[in-house]
Amino acid sequence: MTSPLNREALLQAYRTMRTIRDFEERVHVDFATGEIPGFVHLYAGEEASATGICMHLNRNDYIASTHRGHGHCIAKGVDPVGMMAEIWGKATGTCKGKGGSMHIADLEVGMLGANGIVGGGGPLICGTALASKIRGENNVGVCFFGDGASNQGTIFEAMNLASVWKLPVIFVAENNGYAEATSSTFSVAVENIADRASAFGMPGVIVDGFDFFAVYEAAGEAIKRAREGGGPTLLEVKLSRYYGHFEGDQQTYRAPGEVQKLRETKDCLMQFAKRVTSRGELTMADIEAIDREVKTMIDDSVVKAKSDPLPPPEALMADVYISY
Amino acid sequence: MARKITYQQAINEALDQEMSRDPSVIIMGEDVAGGEGSPGENDAWGGVLGVTKGLYAKHPGRVLDTPISESGYVGAAVGAACNGLRPVAELMFIDFMGVCFDQIFNQAAKFKYMFGGKAKTPVVIRAMYGAGFRAAAQHSQCLYNVFTHIPGLKVVIPSNPYDAKGLLIQSIRDNDPVIFLEHKALYTMEGDVPAESYIVPFGEAAVVQEGDDVTIVAMGRMVHYAKEAAGNLRKKGIQCEIIDPRTTSPLDTDTILESVERTGRLVVVDESNPRCSMASDISSFVAQEAFGALKAPIQMVTAPHVPVPFAASLEDLYIPSPARIEEAVMKVKEYR
Repeated sequence: MTSPLNREALLQAYRTMRTIRDFEERVHVDFATGEIPGFVHLYAGEEASATGICMHLNRNDYIASTHRGHGHCIAKGVDPVGMMAEIWGKATGTCKGKGGSMHIADLEVGMLGANGIVGGGGPLICGTALASKIRGENNVGVCFFGDGASNQGTIFEAMNLASVWKLPVIFVAENNGYAEATSSTFSVAVENIADRASAFGMPGVIVDGFDFFAVYEAAGEAIKRAREGGGPTLLEVKLSRYYGHFEGDQQTYRAPGEVQKLRETKDCLMQFAKRVTSRGELTMADIEAIDREVKTMIDDSVVKAKSDPLPPPEALMADVYISY
Repeated sequence: MARKITYQQAINEALDQEMSRDPSVIIMGEDVAGGEGSPGENDAWGGVLGVTKGLYAKHPGRVLDTPISESGYVGAAVGAACNGLRPVAELMFIDFMGVCFDQIFNQAAKFKYMFGGKAKTPVVIRAMYGAGFRAAAQHSQCLYNVFTHIPGLKVVIPSNPYDAKGLLIQSIRDNDPVIFLEHKALYTMEGDVPAESYIVPFGEAAVVQEGDDVTIVAMGRMVHYAKEAAGNLRKKGIQCEIIDPRTTSPLDTDTILESVERTGRLVVVDESNPRCSMASDISSFVAQEAFGALKAPIQMVTAPHVPVPFAASLEDLYIPSPARIEEAVMKVKEYR
């Protein structure tokens, strides 16, 4: 089977995944020095999900994201340089240093926000989709949520609402196996989160989140159906995170060697590179060129973030209201 | 042209006129049409008390019945506001904020600030509030103070039909999230309301009546109890000034302070529970800003620190009464 993606799209897919990976690996390193304030939740390991899904979206489609939102932001087109500054709490950040890692949003590119509240995005994305539907546009909304949020009432309410209103929404359950430190095998009462789809009258699809192409294909079908008025889909992406729930998490709840084994055998970037080069769709030179380009961009973003100014005191009171 | 209509009709008219003026205005909530998908009438209820009756037929596709799923549809209203609509979500009873508060205070209220000023969330959440209907603890609270506490929200509590219409139109046109609260006991109140569209601006208190002896700040239904008390006090030679803030966020502190600086005496009447209430908040800032002008300790007339009881004998005791307001005014008037 040949890939449905042309060379340009394959390069874009790899560049996006590599950007997410390097961004996260770099935040991991810098967080350990104590220089980055607050909490960060890293997406490394899950890149194929955000990338394979968002490649089907345009600027007028919305996504709602999670605590673990950096990957979704990058895949949806938020500028990583602004994101890095935001994580460092600088005035030049995506949210002028007032949101931080858990609240990066850029409505200009249809990114409705990482969300500090587990399950917060489900109802919101129903709203963006409703607005598109009422205006007769064919834009869709994608709600990313984790296995933790899969047990939240907001997600159930959102799935029911999307179904009864036939909204163009794709619910993407990124099941990385752990809600904080609690295993999804304990906290989710069914074997697969996707099994819950039938309760809300929508298709439930399970996909291997280490395989970019599998995600891309499954998402493509769900998004096409949504754009054509066919209603919502629940897509469960089974994947893993390479780091803790948040940085600083010692992850003693995980099996010894669990992450190392995944990195060596299933890593989404590794699988992608192997597949496209073995088929002659891209060369190792293509891959390495992107690696170099992304590394430079991330390095530069950190240099810039470190030297950028902090928000000035007057920013404290700004932007609470549009008018008050 | 003004004519007499009810508070309820004024709200309906504001919604109708704004929906006609602006196609981005939609209404959603439980039974706001009433009957979606049923074999009978599709507009059977028009809201549980009929406030939105008739809008379904006039504005096809824009009056949306929802499942009983407050987080779901209130959140959807917030999301739709982020994507260009001006939704008016009806929460029915404000007590139901308990099942959707996250979407209001963590999501809608925070977007503008948390996203560095780049979000616009013009959503209105309407709900009825207040005691007096033997509806007991989960259908009778005020709770405007809870929303007032949250930066990013605006909170509106009209006390009469004229304000209800003008404030609701302002709420819909406003670009920030607005909590619009309607006192159940006021729905049947009649008043002069212009037929044409108009706005009442936020943050401008109404001086309901002027007087030089005592300032009474009262809100919602309590404005009318304050007027009753003031009428009785006038016979005793005491002239009360009554101020209705109309919006608790933004709050018109200037009008309150100017009045207290003149009268030197303040009674705050608030139907909600006393701790961390509008009454305690207003008392606090007046004590901070106008302490020198005060001739007597401030008095608060509020409900007690208990849930709203069911039995008539208890609920009547719970709600602040004109008699209690009179007592409080006498107390500040006779102090030293």
